[in-house]
Amino acid sequence: MATRERPLSPHLQVYRPQITSTMSILHRITGVSLALGGISLVWWLMAIALGGEAYAFASKQWASPIGLVFLFGFTLALVYHLLNGIRHLLWDAGWGFAIPTAYKTGYAVFVLGFAITGLIWYCGLRGGA
Amino acid sequence: MSGDFPGGGGQTSRAASLRTPLKRALGLGSGKTGTEHFWKQRVTAIILVPLVVWFILTLLSLVGADLATARGIIARPWNAILFSIFLVTLFWHARLGLQVVIEDYVHQRALELALQLLVTFLCGLGAIASLYAIVRIAFTA
Repeated sequence: MATRERPLSPHLQVYRPQITSTMSILHRITGVSLALGGISLVWWLMAIALGGEAYAFASKQWASPIGLVFLFGFTLALVYHLLNGIRHLLWDAGWGFAIPTAYKTGYAVFVLGFAITGLIWYCGLRGGA
Repeated sequence: MSGDFPGGGGQTSRAASLRTPLKRALGLGSGKTGTEHFWKQRVTAIILVPLVVWFILTLLSLVGADLATARGIIARPWNAILFSIFLVTLFWHARLGLQVVIEDYVHQRALELALQLLVTFLCGLGAIASLYAIVRIAFTA
């Protein structure tokens, strides 16, 4: 059977990244990250349930530099997925589909995301230290 | 032949749909699930919006708390109930989301099936293990 080179439609990588497509991919990446991070949530609850050594070990891990970086990433991903998820739900309800609106809400998610994450960590570090 | 169907073949084929009335009423299409997946993903998302806010505030109140205090806070009736709803909904939502990601990016059927089973199993395990931990905290705090 003859295999001729056939013309292809422009593929994904020829497009300049746009905030709308980037945010869509970020929504998936944060979603998968949160699902994996959810396992640590179960581990944390289990440590509290078991108490004693298990809890001491878990507390030490959370307070370690890697633990704190992980927690910060988890917070950022959670806040982003929450805010962008609300943006998706508004789209599902039929609101905000116009391109200028989609861009505005997109930037709002980024600004609010960093602001809320900062606020959470400000409260956490002030209350916890 | 033309005596039985005065309009000819064209009209007959237009009038007789191959779809059964049941198929049309169910509206499930060729995927056999219709909008069920989409809908459940949205329902769990809507439940999770207020619960995530509540969860972050509760975690902040636990910062720096010792074990007894943390257990006492989680064991409060409403907290134990909301924690349970939150974790079950979270793992349900995660399973629905991961399912679509695997469907979209894993094109090898055997690997896809294996990953789907793994995700289903792990999300179920996560939800049930969370419930076990919460119940244990609630009854021993």
